[in-house]
Amino acid sequence: MSLFVKKLLGVGAAMAVVGALIGLYVASWASSFPKSVAAVSTTTATGPSTQLTLETVAAVGPRYSPAHPDWVSYLVRSNGQWVHSTVYTVPANSIVHVTIYQFDSPTGLRNPFMAQPEGTIGGTETIDGKAVNAINPEEASHTFAVPELGVFVPLPGIPEEAKNACEFAPCETSSAHRTITFSFRTGKKGRYRWQCFVPCGAGFLSGNGGPMQTLGYMDGFLDVV
Amino acid sequence: MAEPNHARRFGAIWLVATLIATPLVVVLLGPILPPGKGSEQASGHVTDNTVLLAMATPVLLLVVIYLLYAVIVFRQPQGAALEGPAVRGDSRIQTSWIVITSVLVLSLAVYGTVRLEEDGAGSGGGPSPLVVPSGPKLPVQVLAPQWAFTYRYPTYGGVETPHLVLPVNQMVELHVTSLDVIHSFWAYQLGVKADANPNVDNVVFVKPTRLQTFEVRCAELCGIWHGAMFDHGHVVSAGEFATWIHQQQVAFAPATKVLPPYSKTYLPEPVRRGG
Repeated sequence: MSLFVKKLLGVGAAMAVVGALIGLYVASWASSFPKSVAAVSTTTATGPSTQLTLETVAAVGPRYSPAHPDWVSYLVRSNGQWVHSTVYTVPANSIVHVTIYQFDSPTGLRNPFMAQPEGTIGGTETIDGKAVNAINPEEASHTFAVPELGVFVPLPGIPEEAKNACEFAPCETSSAHRTITFSFRTGKKGRYRWQCFVPCGAGFLSGNGGPMQTLGYMDGFLDVV
Repeated sequence: MAEPNHARRFGAIWLVATLIATPLVVVLLGPILPPGKGSEQASGHVTDNTVLLAMATPVLLLVVIYLLYAVIVFRQPQGAALEGPAVRGDSRIQTSWIVITSVLVLSLAVYGTVRLEEDGAGSGGGPSPLVVPSGPKLPVQVLAPQWAFTYRYPTYGGVETPHLVLPVNQMVELHVTSLDVIHSFWAYQLGVKADANPNVDNVVFVKPTRLQTFEVRCAELCGIWHGAMFDHGHVVSAGEFATWIHQQQVAFAPATKVLPPYSKTYLPEPVRRGG
């Protein structure tokens, strides 16, 4: 075998290895995208609607996120289980009823304007069964906001001194929590991003890093189909 | 056969091409240059871009015609491999080159400075702009948290809204600031672009001149949802604006109650951290 052929084979082998590594990286990135979880369809006296049940936790825990167990996160209820995903599928042109069990303590809104629920049916949200049209901005722990749909809902936190606060997910309602409910209309089909507007990334500069900048924790997509 | 005077011939070709092309470029391309004529400032940008294009056309022709002339006239016959005579410098050409390019660049610098000083040219002038347009102005505050702009109207009870609506033919004084990281407020069709920095009141003036819907986007990479920091604003008649702002005051009355007093900047550092 000539030296030229040997060099050619060497370069070819090196390129194959580099290509395989790039392929593995891309495959890893693609498979890390949160799986979409469908909201539950229901039929009520007013017609068909959809129920989306979420919880927010101060720490997602090692069971759901071994790499970042101490990151704050949303979880979604699916088939009786809490699932770590922030991509939700809801039907187009329908009413979505949302229930959020909020287990985290307050951080405070960076922009107090978002203390008012907007884009919900009736312009209100209920907190522990009581309808409100604004919360104390300093009591906000998180928000559920879909800017393109004009939906902004502040979520108040549990008291700092709560004795039975849930340490990490999955959190059950036996722990200290707030129950927030609201409804909104979805409109036309599309993929809409949603996010938390509270800088709740504990341990990161100004609370804006980590779970605030990583898909799958405090932000995601609403797939309207 | 005597060698022709290439410099004179090339100069004549370039001059004729310039005299033909420059007016054509100005007349045909000038009116369609970005960003359109959505405001006095945007119209100014169109004028500036037309001036730049008019000045760049002779330069472009100089380069292109020189290349073509060299390729055609100085093409070597097939089989020849002769080097041309070494050129050791020409003080006339060097002086002309330095003088002409300096005049061009300095003229543009002076022109740009004068234009900027007229009304800010749609760019942020910092908290104390050097030039403030005369006459009444509508102050509107642009707030940029991650990742959605909101707008506050201090002369209407300090109401804040997620929508940007401006009255036509009214000078608007935008106060752009950020609540967290650095952003940039860019209203393309209005010819406005201003940095949004935390704890900085960046003032920019704009006078919309026609009814329209314009794009608003963040022009500074600001995090995972930077690309989604996009919205539309509207320029409406004075009457429609009055109706709209009243609706906003009613709709966002609960939020207005909990807003801090209007300020040029805000650093609402949360008292607690999540987690």
